Amino acid sequence: MMEYILAPWPWYVTGPLITLVMYLMLYFGKKFGLSSSMRTVCAIGGAGKVAKFFDFDWKAQVWNLVFIAGTFIGGFIASYYMSNGQPIALSENTLATLSSWNIDGSVSGFIPESIFSWESLLTYKGFMLMIVGGFFVGFGARYADGCTSGHAISGLSNLQLPSLIAVMGFFIGGLFTTYILLPYILG
Amino acid sequence: MKFIKYLLTGILFGIILTKGEVISWYRIQEMFLFDSFHMYGVIGSAVVMGAIMIFIIKNKELKSIKGTKITIGDKERGFARYIIGGIIFGLGWSMTGACPGPIYVLIGNGFSVFIVVLLSALFGTFTYGLLKDKLPH
Repeated sequence: MMEYILAPWPWYVTGPLITLVMYLMLYFGKKFGLSSSMRTVCAIGGAGKVAKFFDFDWKAQVWNLVFIAGTFIGGFIASYYMSNGQPIALSENTLATLSSWNIDGSVSGFIPESIFSWESLLTYKGFMLMIVGGFFVGFGARYADGCTSGHAISGLSNLQLPSLIAVMGFFIGGLFTTYILLPYILG
Repeated sequence: MKFIKYLLTGILFGIILTKGEVISWYRIQEMFLFDSFHMYGVIGSAVVMGAIMIFIIKNKELKSIKGTKITIGDKERGFARYIIGGIIFGLGWSMTGACPGPIYVLIGNGFSVFIVVLLSALFGTFTYGLLKDKLPH
């Protein structure tokens, strides 16, 4: 049993467990959505003084921030106590593409630390991928009124046409980055 | 104490995203390169199971922990905001390799530089709030 927990979990375990989390949130009388927490943080920071969008009773959203606090702890527990350090079993094709982006060989962790590190934050690659990329994530998620959890998982499960449109947008943007921007930035 | 259930559910979610490698920039690239079924399997099975679950919730009028009927709101109709906002989000999803959930979970995994990604995403959220009325929805 323990070896299955320590090894990476296959998709048919991961996907249904995500559904379980969505069910728990609905059972608690809440919604399953991650990005709305960022709006709440802006509201707590006083953004309501400059934009109506943030002028709401954020105290009613504290449950969401507690959930978010849990995700940090969950990430910590999984990485320090539930990992066997096995590298991610990426496909050969992906490894070849990564190599053409100057990301080589030792795909050991979850992310290429040659790009995603404090040292590279103010380099061109690091700035583009972390700071510009992060801005797009936050801006786009609110503009589209949801992210992967709210639209791709919750929305599609609830057969919402707006969510299908948003997910198509996610893929148009993602494919553009992977096929056009990344070769340009990293190549 | 009433908040502890959210904390525990969040912990479970953080563990799932880490163990399922959903937080991996590499896995996101592999998905957009169509080189592996993994991410499609994760999202696809979550959606199929979720659709069955929501069908049962609505059909059986299941109750929440508070004893009231579980209601799931519909998304507001529209096109522009979903496609434009979606594209912008997608650009960032592939650049950072992380949507909002994984940003939090990666920080928990010890990748502290993702605090900067989070701050930048918060600034993006704030900027949207400022520009909201000027954007097509």
